[in-house]
Amino acid sequence: MLTIENLSATIADKPILKGLSLTINAGEIHAIMGPNGAGKSTLGYTLGGRPGYDVTGGSVSFDGHDLLALEPHERAAAGLFLGFQYPVEIPGVSFVQFLREAANAQRKARGQEPLSGGEFLKLAREKAALLRLDMDMLKRPVNVGFSGGEKKRAEMVQMGILDPRFAVLDETDSGLDIDALRICGEGINAIMRKPDKAVLLITHYQRLLDYVKPDFVHVLAGGRIVRSGGPELALELEEQGYEAVA
Amino acid sequence: MTVAELPTRKDEAFRYSDFAALAGLWPVAREDIIVPDGQSTWLSVIEADDGPVARHLAITLEPGASFDLRILNAGNAYGRIAVDARLGAGARFTLGAAQLGGGTQTLEIVTEVHHAEPDAVSRQVIRSVLAGQATGTYLGKVAVARGANGTDAGQSVRAMLLDPTATANARPELEIYADDVKCAHGCAVGELDATGLFYLESRGLTPPEAKRLMLQAFIAEAFSGAVEEDRLQALALDRLEGLVC
Repeated sequence: MLTIENLSATIADKPILKGLSLTINAGEIHAIMGPNGAGKSTLGYTLGGRPGYDVTGGSVSFDGHDLLALEPHERAAAGLFLGFQYPVEIPGVSFVQFLREAANAQRKARGQEPLSGGEFLKLAREKAALLRLDMDMLKRPVNVGFSGGEKKRAEMVQMGILDPRFAVLDETDSGLDIDALRICGEGINAIMRKPDKAVLLITHYQRLLDYVKPDFVHVLAGGRIVRSGGPELALELEEQGYEAVA
Repeated sequence: MTVAELPTRKDEAFRYSDFAALAGLWPVAREDIIVPDGQSTWLSVIEADDGPVARHLAITLEPGASFDLRILNAGNAYGRIAVDARLGAGARFTLGAAQLGGGTQTLEIVTEVHHAEPDAVSRQVIRSVLAGQATGTYLGKVAVARGANGTDAGQSVRAMLLDPTATANARPELEIYADDVKCAHGCAVGELDATGLFYLESRGLTPPEAKRLMLQAFIAEAFSGAVEEDRLQALALDRLEGLVC
């Protein structure tokens, strides 16, 4: 589904990713772990197409298409979802309006009929219930006044509504209490654990992986993958630290 | 009727005007609006056509009267709307205005709110969205007369520049001759938040859709609570769509 080959990227001319390669197949969940500053979030933003993250080498192929040639909204319509480490507050824009427009923009790009107001609300209610987020919160401005945990659950509600084929989840576990962590973990499984979908989890800690069991774990350090293994690698990292393992 | 001379740039209220356009519209007839004692009324001023326009509204609020004025200054050429309001004791004046412009056009809203007597309240919310080489100006004077104690005046003025070539002028001004007054004003000129735009685009909105959504939110306060809120928002949305594409 996703093939990253020798990817290099800079922020303000500073090299962050230095030849990163990774292949993710449909039906797989991959976790990327690594110390602060390793380039984890840069990988997420580069895949999402954030301005200011400049690709200087390598390639990313998504379902056979050149992902890097697409604008951020085209990547979304192609089936990519980026879960933000720090979801952005947008005063004055309600979640419901934003998500309905976003879902319909994606559908339009794919040549599908738009969702009616009723269809959209039914879908939103269902996904909010899955993440145990009060539907009334989705009538409020995007992320404004949300706690850290509510923002992350709202990210997962968005993922549920937009129904991507591939999700990059950047530290979805940060800022979550134990209950919210479990709810988000179960939400990720319910939405994304499917034969035709895949997930790249970016995380510092093993704890999210107790709920979302990865098929592969990679260690990112110095802008490239330095070690890959199965789920046991995450436990090893938790016990011994990055320095010993990488 | 004596025809007043065309003003010049030295005249503060016309400092940023488009004089070539103004010359064709001069003299501007004064439109008098009187809200009688204790009554309350509203008006939507909508300028969304192709030709240049200049208007001058002179509003008198008698004691205890209230007036809710909303302005959409969003035509395709020069647009000037001047508002003078004189507030009697305990009157309430609300002005919510959005001016939306692009190309090389000049838009301006010039207000003078006179708190002539005690205990009147005025609220002004002005939002400008300017693209291309457009110039948008808000000159807003609040004058509180001697003895007009208990005055409560607020001005919130914000402008959003969509291109580095657009210009916003904003000058809220206070002239206070009474002691016991509350006058608040805030003024900001900014650009759309790049992180917010990326967030919206990462969910599938095209760049123009993302901008339009953020701008819709930006101007919403100007029309919030208006009798014709839906109509004003819809007309503003039409214009915004033209500015962001």
